Amino acid sequence: MSLDFTDLEVGRGEEKLVGSPYRRLEDPIFITKGATYVGDLEFDDIAHISFVRSPVASANLKNVDVSEALGQPGVIAAFTAKDIEIPAIINWINKVIERPFLAKDKLRFVGEAVAMVIGETKAFAEDACEFVNIDYDLTTPIIDPRQSANNEVSLFEGCTSNIVASIEGGQVAQIGEVRIEAEFVNQRLAPCPMEGRAVVATIDGEMLTVYISNQAPHSAKRSIIRYLSIDEGNLRVITPDVGGGFGSKIGTYPEEILVPYIARKLNRTCRWVETRSESMVSLGHGRGQIAKVTLGGDRDGKIRSYCLSVIQDCGAYPEIGANMPALTRWMTSGCYDIDSVDFNSISVLTNTNPTVAYRGAGRPEAAYAIERAVDMFATEIGMDKAEVRFKNFIDPKNFPYQTKVGSTYDCGNYEESLRRVLKLANYDELLVDKENRIKDKSDLLLGIGISSYVEITHGFPAKEFGSVELISGGKLSVKVGTLSHGQGHRSAISMIVRDVTGVDPCNIDFYQGDTELIESGVGTFGSRSMQSGGVACKRAADMLVTKAMEFLSNHLDVDLDKVEFSWHEGGQFSVGSMCLSWSDLYRLAKNEGKVLKASENYESSSPTFPFGAHLAVVEVDVETGKVHLRDMFAIDDAGNILNPLLAKGQIHGGLAQGISQALYEEFIYDQDGNPLTATFADYGFPTAAEFPQFRDELMQTPTSVNELGVKGIGESGTIGATPAVVNAVMDALSVYGISHIDMPLSPEKVFSAIKIAKRSK
Amino acid sequence: MQIRLKVNGEAMNFDVEPRLLLVELIRDHVRLKGTNIGCDTTSCGACTVLIDGHSAKSCTVLALQADGCEIITIEGIGTIEKLHPMQEAFYKHHGLQCGFCTPGMIMAGISLAGELDNPDESEIRLGIEGNLCRCTGYNNIVEAIKSGLSEMKQLSLSATSESQLYPKDADK
Ligand code: FES
Ligand code: FES
Repeated sequence: MSLDFTDLEVGRGEEKLVGSPYRRLEDPIFITKGATYVGDLEFDDIAHISFVRSPVASANLKNVDVSEALGQPGVIAAFTAKDIEIPAIINWINKVIERPFLAKDKLRFVGEAVAMVIGETKAFAEDACEFVNIDYDLTTPIIDPRQSANNEVSLFEGCTSNIVASIEGGQVAQIGEVRIEAEFVNQRLAPCPMEGRAVVATIDGEMLTVYISNQAPHSAKRSIIRYLSIDEGNLRVITPDVGGGFGSKIGTYPEEILVPYIARKLNRTCRWVETRSESMVSLGHGRGQIAKVTLGGDRDGKIRSYCLSVIQDCGAYPEIGANMPALTRWMTSGCYDIDSVDFNSISVLTNTNPTVAYRGAGRPEAAYAIERAVDMFATEIGMDKAEVRFKNFIDPKNFPYQTKVGSTYDCGNYEESLRRVLKLANYDELLVDKENRIKDKSDLLLGIGISSYVEITHGFPAKEFGSVELISGGKLSVKVGTLSHGQGHRSAISMIVRDVTGVDPCNIDFYQGDTELIESGVGTFGSRSMQSGGVACKRAADMLVTKAMEFLSNHLDVDLDKVEFSWHEGGQFSVGSMCLSWSDLYRLAKNEGKVLKASENYESSSPTFPFGAHLAVVEVDVETGKVHLRDMFAIDDAGNILNPLLAKGQIHGGLAQGISQALYEEFIYDQDGNPLTATFADYGFPTAAEFPQFRDELMQTPTSVNELGVKGIGESGTIGATPAVVNAVMDALSVYGISHIDMPLSPEKVFSAIKIAKRSK
Repeated sequence: MQIRLKVNGEAMNFDVEPRLLLVELIRDHVRLKGTNIGCDTTSCGACTVLIDGHSAKSCTVLALQADGCEIITIEGIGTIEKLHPMQEAFYKHHGLQCGFCTPGMIMAGISLAGELDNPDESEIRLGIEGNLCRCTGYNNIVEAIKSGLSEMKQLSLSATSESQLYPKDADK
């Protein structure tokens, strides 16, 4: 494909691309024909899979009858647990817990897959699902994780406790003149990538090819190998364009293993594209944490001790969500230098959809807890909320800084980010405006909310693959083991490789998400991609240049130090007065039967800790309880910025999700475990009308953890925004003596809190 | 049942089942995959197309109802070589990430040209309320639509008739 980039303001000429707002290489196709998602792929003779899901949260399953469904028009086959000959998934956290691919003996949450119908069209399959009869005896569900933790009823036979994971701690002495105790709930959220899950499996002889909308194709491949007992060489996993994931597509779901299983059984191409309604109840949920905090401090503003106790709702089967408290723990004390810090947690089962990672994954919960607690402390001692933070920040001179729970923050300057956001927002004027409205007894109270956050990215450093190969015409082929599901990795990585080699990004063929083409890979989550795959590709490009110079020195029989390389003008090799391009190098190497290629499996030495400060300005209508987010200011520091256009895009998306948790979103189950927010019509998915234009700036404190100086930026916006917005609303409501309302801060909740406060005055 | 309609300027005949949705006709029969399906409650707008110049959620319209209509989808407004001003604006302002909402957003943005004159930020936000995006926080989408609309205005383009949709010299 040739693109006309002549209208670009950047990306031409002799400047480095890294650091410039280079437009995305992905976009020309995306905006003219649309991206190609799994559901867009066309195959001959394809069969369509539709799942029948549990209508109840807890029951003994007596029988599933598909005979009537089998008689419906266009139905090819129908399956229940009895027909699935693969052993249940043994849980990785608790070996006693098994998850059958289709529900067997027990129904454990509304939305659990019970049967599958395969039809000649999607409509035939969906229609026939109505004729599957599920016979069950209801049992009492447990929806509240606190109740589950009591262990009065055991959710799994053979499991003595509903607590599947725990972290010990919480024994530190509480010190200080003032003590703040509070409980904060991080409500359950539905990740809602606009593209839901989708899988196609095709068979060609022994060869199975699986197309899947996922964040980690190589680990999807490992899962399919494990459960289908297929030879590694006979399986190829491809992720075409992925329409968002936000953590929910890291793992491989039972349904996603069943699609290739059925394709092999029927020897026919099969497709499953989930509907939004099934996605809402069975694509893993995020958050679901209840936190108790105890903060001790002195009246001079110094925080002396802090303890965080967490109950994590895992849902019906322990998935990644069960491990979220470990990430929360790392970030317990946030940006502050506190003498005494501790953490403990339990992760418990309930009869709800399992929880997984969702944008921020454990860190938003930590930031929310401490940022809310610090605000309460400031209110208690009558100190300005910015000032109390300045008094407790880790000194920028003390990095790397080891926290009391054992995280080692690489670098940071929390004072500077807060100073900058206060300036950007005109903090002093806002304070005056707020006071004036109180004096004037205005119905529209102003609230100012600050949050200073630090978070961990690439939390589990793992090797990541990158390779660069010189191909025909002097072009490069770049392969990477991470996977963009909207972030724009093709653009960012092509920019990095261009700056090393001089080869224009338009002449770089970029590959990701194909286990046949890319020998290994970990995937994209935890804001890891640039600091793993990006660095791997940078190193591979460096090595390719070296290899090319060595080749030339051999070829021409000159000393290596006589060969020079410059990335200018598309990449130029020179030996004396002779000048050669990449295309010349390709020809010379080819004549000798050589391939010029370099690859790197890069393992970063440690995680990185992006940080920043957000400031939300809200207007709260005391007559209706409605919160209007007037302004959102953000200073975010993720080290060196590869492309500010893309980085800001990540921040914006993150801010929106963070704000939305504070004000709009909650996945609700009633006490019987019925989901009340199972469609986009019921769930508080925010529209454009709910947000202001964000006022954000990037700050750059490079990390020395990797040679690009980059940290992750995918989740920061979410982590900082939620506490900033809630702090702002509580700031406005402080005139009523209201200290906390759990999220989302809906008009009903705010209004009733005001009503109660007025009455008790 | 027989229907006749124009899709991106091309006249077509189909024999359709009464329950077939327009979005299914576009995706599975015309085989244009740019128009997406993001929900089952008419909430997301990923399926937005222009029907006789007005934006509509094609999951909410039966193929039958589109009989005799002119349908324009994302594939019908510009090419990589010659982008529509609204596409160009999304490109320039980084108005997309995963791209799933994008075709619908661009069509919704174009249709605002016929509905609002010089809209300000909040009018644009209200104007695309029926189109959901999970990736961008809408920030750059709003910027893009603002600049796309002013460019369309300068070129005297509107969405309401096919002949006015494209730049004059468009090689369509
Ligand atoms: S598919 Fe969601 S509105 Fe049409
Ligand atoms: S760009 Fe992903 S949903 Fe809008």
